Amino acid sequence: MPELVTSPSENPVALACRELVVGYGAHNVLDGVSLEIQTGCWTAIVGPNGSGKSTLLRALAGLQAIRGGTVWLQGRRLGAWPRRERARRLGWLAQSATATDLTAAEVVALGRFAHGGWLAHRDVDDDAAIERAMRATGSLRWAARRVSTLSGGERQRVHLARVLAVEAAVLLLDEPTTHLDPPHQEDVARLLRLQAHGCGVAVLSAIHDLSLALTADRLVVLGEHGLVGHGSVREALREDWLSLAFRTRVDVVEHDGVHLWRPAVAALPP
Amino acid sequence: MRPPGAARARIAWWLTICVAITVALTLGGLLVGTTSMHTSLRWILAPGAQSSIVLWDIRLPRTVGAWFVGALLGLAGAIAQGVFRNPLAEPYLLGTASGAALGVTVALYASGASVGALAWAAQLGLAGAAVVGACVAIVITVALARGVLQTSNLLLSGIVVGFLLSAVTSLLLLTKPQMWRTMQVFLLGSTGYLSWSSTSILAAVFLVCIVPAVLLSRGLDALTLGEDTARSLGLSLPVLRLAMLGIVCLATAAAVGEVGIVGFVGLVAPHLVRETLTVNHRHLLIASPLCGGALLQAADLVSRWIIHPAELPVGAVTACIGGAYLALLLWRRTRDA
Repeated sequence: MPELVTSPSENPVALACRELVVGYGAHNVLDGVSLEIQTGCWTAIVGPNGSGKSTLLRALAGLQAIRGGTVWLQGRRLGAWPRRERARRLGWLAQSATATDLTAAEVVALGRFAHGGWLAHRDVDDDAAIERAMRATGSLRWAARRVSTLSGGERQRVHLARVLAVEAAVLLLDEPTTHLDPPHQEDVARLLRLQAHGCGVAVLSAIHDLSLALTADRLVVLGEHGLVGHGSVREALREDWLSLAFRTRVDVVEHDGVHLWRPAVAALPP
Repeated sequence: MRPPGAARARIAWWLTICVAITVALTLGGLLVGTTSMHTSLRWILAPGAQSSIVLWDIRLPRTVGAWFVGALLGLAGAIAQGVFRNPLAEPYLLGTASGAALGVTVALYASGASVGALAWAAQLGLAGAAVVGACVAIVITVALARGVLQTSNLLLSGIVVGFLLSAVTSLLLLTKPQMWRTMQVFLLGSTGYLSWSSTSILAAVFLVCIVPAVLLSRGLDALTLGEDTARSLGLSLPVLRLAMLGIVCLATAAAVGEVGIVGFVGLVAPHLVRETLTVNHRHLLIASPLCGGALLQAADLVSRWIIHPAELPVGAVTACIGGAYLALLLWRRTRDA
C-alpha cells in the first residue's frame, strides 16, 4: 500500500514522485528526485539547459522508462492505471509543436480520444470541451485550417488547446510558451493560472523565461546535478536556488509585487 | 465543430468524380479485349451465348478484380505511409510485395501446381503463403531499419529486402524450368488470371481489411503528432502498429497472390488523394482504395490496349507510371528542400 505523501500546503497532492532515477546510457539525468505537485497550483520547472526538465516531465507522464523510484498519480502508482484512465487524468504537451496535415479542430479533437476510445462517436460533451479549449487558447478561428499552414506560435496554441480538451486533473507541459511572442506568453501564463486556481488542476510546466516562471505559485529548480529545491517562489528566492542551479548570480528584483529577473548588464563600460 | 460545408462539398465532388471514372473504366474493361471495339459493342447490345461468356465471365471479373487489387494496394500504401510516417512507404518499396511473391512461389514449388485456374482451396492456400511471405518481409525490413522508420533508411532496407527475396524467387524458379514461363508473367504482374472466384476472395479480403483500418484510423491521426503525444493520448502504439501492419500484409498478400507484383499503386493512390483533398486518415483510408482501384483499372486497360490484340503485363504499366511519379516526388522534394 502506498505510503501517502503529505503535502506542506493544504492542497491535496495530485502527482508525486519518490527517489526518481532516470537516465540515458551510462548517465543518470535525474538521480533520486522526490516531488509533490499540488492540486490547484501552478508549478514551474526552471533550470539550465540539459538539467533534465524535459526528462522529468516525460518520466512523470509515464513516457520515459524510469530506472528507480516511484511515480504516484492521485495516490495510485502511475503504472497501475489502465492506459486510457491515466490519459484522462494526465495531459501532456510536447516541447515541439508538430506540423501535421490535420486541421486544428481535428488535432484538438484527438485530445478527447481517452474519453471514448476507438469505437466511440464524438458526443456533445466532447464538442463542448473542444470548443472551450479552442476558445480559451484563442485558436478557434483557425479551426478549419491545416496545422501545417499555421505559424509556430499558432501551432503551439492549437496543441495547448488539445491538452486542455482532455480536461485532465494534471497537466504536464514542456515549454508551453516557446514560439510565442511575449504578450502571448503572458496569455498562456494567465491560462495556466486560471486552470490551476479556477479549475483546480495541478499544472506542472517547464518554463524557460525566468520572469515568467517567477509568476507561478511554486518552483521546481533543477541544476546540473539534480534537484536544487522545490517550494514556493518566495522560498526559492530566499534560498537563492536560481543562482545555485545556474551556477552564476541570478538577480531578481521585485517591482509592484512582481518578481523580475534582471540581466546583468551593469558590468558593461559606459 | 463538424468539418465545414466547403470541405464536405469538396469531398462529395471528389467521390462523384471518382465513382464516375470507375464506372467508365469498368465499361472500358468490357469493351477492350482481343476483339475489335465494334464487336465488343455489338456483344453488349445483342448478347449471344458465346459473347456473354467472354463479357461476363472473362472481361468483367478481370475488370472488377483489377479494381479490388488496386483498392487493396491503395489501402496498404495509405496505411504504411501513416504507420511509418513516411510519405514514400508502400507495399512494393517496403519489400512486402516481393515477400508475398516468394510465398506464392514456394507454395507452388512445393505443391507442383501452376498459377491460374486453381480450385478455391488451392487459391486460399496460396493466399496464406503470400501472407506469410509478406509478414516475413516486413519484419526483416523493419529490423534492418532498426526502428528508425521515418527516414530513407526504411526505404533502403525495404528495397534491399525486395531485391533479396526476388533473387530467392528467381533461384527457385531456375531449378524448375517448367514453372518459369507461367511464373514470369505472374512476377511481372498480370490481371489475366482473374476469375470470379479470385475476385470474390479479393472482395472478401478487402472488406476484412478496410473495416478495422477505418475504425483504427484515428490512431494514425494521433501518430502524426509524434509517438510521445500519441501515447499520452491513451493509445497503445504496439497494438496499433501490429494491427495496421497486419492489415498491410494481408492486403498486399491478397493482391500479389492473385495478380503478382504490381508496384507503385500503393504509393501513387494516397498521394493523389492528398493532393486533391484535405484529409484526415479516415478519409484517406476510404479515398485511397477508391483511387487505387480506378488507377489499376486504367493501367489494366492501357496494358490491354497499347499493343492490341496482344497485351502487356499490368505490372510493367504501373511501374512506368509509378516510377515516373516517384521521380516527380523526389524532384519536388529536393527542389523544396
